[in-house]
This record gives sequence, structure tokens and C-alpha cells, in this order.
Amino acid sequence: MGIISSGFHGKRHAGNPALPPGQHETDTFPVLTAGPAPNIATADWEFFITTGAGQRHTWSWDAFMALPQVEIRTDIHCVTSWSQLGTTWRGVSLDTLFDEVETTSEFTMAHSYGGYTTNVPLQDLLDGQAWVAWEFGGRPLERAHGGPARLLVPHLYLWKSAKWINGIELMNEDIPGFWESNGYHLHGDPWREQRYS
Amino acid sequence: MSTLWRVAEVVSGVPESETSRTIGLRVDGMNGNLAGQHIDIRLTADDGYTAVRSYSLATAGMDEIIEITVDELANGEVSPYLVRNLMVGDQLEIRGPVGGWFVWRPTDPNPVQLIAGGSGIVPLMSMIRAHEAADNSSQFRLLYSLKSPGAGFYREELLTLSRESAKLVVDYAYTRQAPQGWPDPPQRLSEEALLATILPVEAAPAVFICGQTIFVETVSGWLVQAGYPAASIKTERFGGTGGLR
Repeated sequence: MGIISSGFHGKRHAGNPALPPGQHETDTFPVLTAGPAPNIATADWEFFITTGAGQRHTWSWDAFMALPQVEIRTDIHCVTSWSQLGTTWRGVSLDTLFDEVETTSEFTMAHSYGGYTTNVPLQDLLDGQAWVAWEFGGRPLERAHGGPARLLVPHLYLWKSAKWINGIELMNEDIPGFWESNGYHLHGDPWREQRYS
Repeated sequence: MSTLWRVAEVVSGVPESETSRTIGLRVDGMNGNLAGQHIDIRLTADDGYTAVRSYSLATAGMDEIIEITVDELANGEVSPYLVRNLMVGDQLEIRGPVGGWFVWRPTDPNPVQLIAGGSGIVPLMSMIRAHEAADNSSQFRLLYSLKSPGAGFYREELLTLSRESAKLVVDYAYTRQAPQGWPDPPQRLSEEALLATILPVEAAPAVFICGQTIFVETVSGWLVQAGYPAASIKTERFGGTGGLR
């Protein structure tokens, strides 16, 4: 039994079953990053997937935009305890990007422009669970939110949805990324409250 | 690092500015925190409803008593209770300390430039306190951007330190109302004013910026443009939903 704060009532918008434990709903989109936002022109942008066998697949912005684009409607959950429900995005499914990639690796490291990294098991990226997204709420993704494109893995805490995504490195073992080396959970499932390591 | 909820007892509550309060918490078994880390606070209503928020620690060290400074947010769920209702002797639950990135360690040899917007001063104050207490002679400089003198946190302590400490310089930028006799009129912090009041690129400072999103984005953008390496700049946004627009 927890400690009761008499006189504390709260706002009760956390009773929503769409909210994972310990989350509260917000209709704004707070920005949380570890450093300055990198400035990447789409002409210079590239997305890569590298395999353990040393193969490198790359897409220019134009090649990426020529891939099938899908609309995504999803809830997002930040480890700092806010959630935004029913957000809309547009982007390319990781299933599409991994279509031509042969691998036996089970783990990945997402790499961002600016040096940010985050580790995600491959099975969390496939089967309609993850995208490289470039549009938010009907408008091109702002730089502060990861534009021109960010990874979107909405079933995990949002730090896994790497902003300014540059590529994905396949790995044979699970190696912690940036926040995972700084006290945050290796996996980050909000429904199991995997916040801190 | 502890991920379990622990009981904390409120041992002090002192108004810090017109809208904020510094709260001292005694946490049994707390074995210290790094400057810049935060804790999560959980409040539970009498019917079991809970709300959790993160607060930066204003203190650092090995003490069992830690301090946070809470600024009351309009329409906040947790901060009005912490600022107005919480009393000495009350208990609540905390988790942490958390964070290994936006931290300063007493062994860090680099000069440090701290840039605070409003209540973003809190984790930077813990760095200043840790630096003053440490056998570390590196230069610290704080630029504190404030709406008005009455909005300032830790005023007496910063005043004393800026007079007496040989290793800390404090600069203020007032955006809406300046103290009487202040040489500059209140104005939004400009790129020019910022660059004129911080350690130069050549000093290779480690930079910590904390404030609302727009403040942090703007200031960090100016610094990168002025040649401060992005890798030397650490940022933290204050106020969970200090939204962008």
C-alpha cells in the first residue's frame, strides 16, 4: 500500500485504458533531446541498413519517398510520463525497408544524425510495428521533433523512436544505446513500465 | 540506481520565489546523487489514484536529505499540491535518483558554462553546489535568464557565491522586468548578448542548458552556429509539458 496524500485529488485523466501505467495524457508534444538538434537537408539525407555480414543497403531521400507510404495512427508514450493519444504520422514501414535484407541477427542499433543511438530488438521493428516517419499531424516533421525523418516504434517508450534517423545496424547481441547506457531500460515497454535499468 | 519506490518524509518547505517552493525530503537509505540527476515523485489520492512527475534535484552529494524546487504550473496536476498543500512531516514516494547524462562530476576538469531559463536553474544549482563543495578549481559561469527579479531561485545564495567564490561567475538576463538601476532594459535574450556573457569557444567549456523547450532549442542553436561543438552541449527541458508552440 502506498502513502496517501490527503487532500490530493489529481485530474483523473489517467483513468483512460489507453494509457499505460504511470502515464498521463497531454495534447502537446513536448521535446526531449540530449543536445542540440542536427540540421539535415533532405538532399544530404540517407537511410542505411547494415547487416552483420557487412552488406550495406542505402536509400536517398528520393528513393525513400518512392517507396510505399503508409498512414499511421497511434498513441505515443514518453518515459517522462506523458502520453499523446491518436497521433497521425506518414512514413515507410520497416517491413518495406527490410524486404530485401537477408539477416540472421536478432538485435539492432538505430543510429541518428548527431550521434544518438538506441538499441531495439529486430522483432520489435517488423510485422507492422515500426516506421521511418517524415510527416506528423499532416505536416512535414519539424526539426525539433526529428525531421526530416525519425524512427517510430510507438509500442516502446518514445526514446526508442530515434529522431534524425540515419540508419539501422543489425547486431548479433543486444548492446545498450545512448539512454540505455545512461540509466534507462534496455527494452522500454511502457505497458510493463520498463523505464529505468 | 534504484527503480523501486521509497518513502520520503518532508523535512522542510520554504518559498523560493513568487510561484515556487523548495522542499527538503529525508529518504532513508539514500546513498547520494550526482549533480544534475532527477527523481520521480508519486502522489496517491485516498482512493488509490496516483500521479507521477519528475523533478530535478537541487542538491548533490551523500546526504540522506535531498532538495527539489517545484514551480507551480498553471493547470498543473502535481505541482500545485507540492507548492501549496504539502506539509512538513508528510510522506510521499520517490524513485531514483535517475540519469547519467545531464550530470556534472567533481572529477570533471573542464570549465563549465551553465545556461538556465527560469526554473531550469534547479539541476544547474546542484552542479554549482557540488562544484563549490569539491576540490575542483575549474571555472564555472552561470547565465541565468529570468522574467523578473522576483522569479529568481536561490537569490541570496547566488549573490553570496558570486561575491565570495573565486571559481564562479554569475550573469543575469532579465526578459520582462529588471531590478532597479539595472544597466540594460528588460528584453528577450539575444544571440549577441548570450555570446557576450558566456565562456568563449576557445575556453572549450562543457555547456549545460536547461529551461523550456523553446529556450533550449534557441540557445543551443546559437551556440552550435557560433562554433561550440555540439558534442560539448548537454540539454534538458524543464516542465514535463512545456510544449513546442
